[in-house]
Amino acid sequence: MKVGNYIVLITFFVLMIYASLGFPNRGDANARMHQEKSLAGSINAPSYYIHYAERDDHTPNMVTVILADYRSYDTLGEETVILTAGLICFLLLRKKRTANDQK
Amino acid sequence: MIRNEDNPIVGLVSRIVSPFIMLFALYIIFHGHYSPGGGFQGGTMLAASLLLIRLAMGSEIAQLQFKRSWGTPLGSIGVLIYFATGFTAMLMGGTFLNYEFLSLSEIASHTRSIGVLLVEIGVGLAVMGILVAIYDDLLEGDPDV
Amino acid sequence: MHPEIEITLFVFLLITAVVALTVKNLLTAVVSLTVFSFISALLYIAMGAVDVGFTEAVIGAGVTGVLFIILIFKTSRRSAD
Repeated sequence: MKVGNYIVLITFFVLMIYASLGFPNRGDANARMHQEKSLAGSINAPSYYIHYAERDDHTPNMVTVILADYRSYDTLGEETVILTAGLICFLLLRKKRTANDQK
Repeated sequence: MIRNEDNPIVGLVSRIVSPFIMLFALYIIFHGHYSPGGGFQGGTMLAASLLLIRLAMGSEIAQLQFKRSWGTPLGSIGVLIYFATGFTAMLMGGTFLNYEFLSLSEIASHTRSIGVLLVEIGVGLAVMGILVAIYDDLLEGDPDV
Repeated sequence: MHPEIEITLFVFLLITAVVALTVKNLLTAVVSLTVFSFISALLYIAMGAVDVGFTEAVIGAGVTGVLFIILIFKTSRRSAD
């Protein structure tokens, strides 16, 4: 059993190292995602954010603009996930109080 | 949970440190437009300052600061602020979460900036309430905490 | 980009992860996991993602450690290892 675990782990390790060889280098200016225009000729999303985030929102921090304005549906879903986690903790873990348990 | 005897040093230090953590958390929320941070980080730090008092002084004394029953309603109010911001923009003629239609200022970009601030406040309230509520739910019914 | 700092942080990241997986004492495992979160936050900051690093430092090193420690004190280990 122990040997099987190690075989699975080493296989995953080799697979992930092999997959990571296909990535562009970090900070590579010639990578596809760092180009200003996409393959279809339209403007890429990151370059749009860098160019127009301050003009659109009057906010220098573009991470805030992306999270709360351009991708605000995403943040709303995140909040719903957190609220659901809290409500489930509330429903499962609260003490059950019956009618004759006066306290 | 194991409750050791009341340690005056821990209580004093946590009482002194906790308001400064709260102040820094508010700075992170409201200065998130200009520096790293935002609603999520600030809300978590607010929850951490409340949890520090709860851990150091015990839950019973911490009820004077933040009651056990406030966590879940505050989280719901936070999510409601977020949703209401988007829905108000939709009622005033725009699309959902399009802050430009909130008409809080003459310049469109300033209106969007205020909309982002409203949303961040909602996120901070929700995260703070839910994290404290999870802590209190885990310790529900524990006599000696 | 500072390769020496990042390589040092990666080595410590691997050490803390292995310690958190293999150690028997649960409290030691939680502290090791907290150190893991903090080192990964430092790595995010070294890569230039300041916001993500901030979130990781506050959540991973602050709140989840508290919740895990509460759970350890509330539950008891059934099997005698």
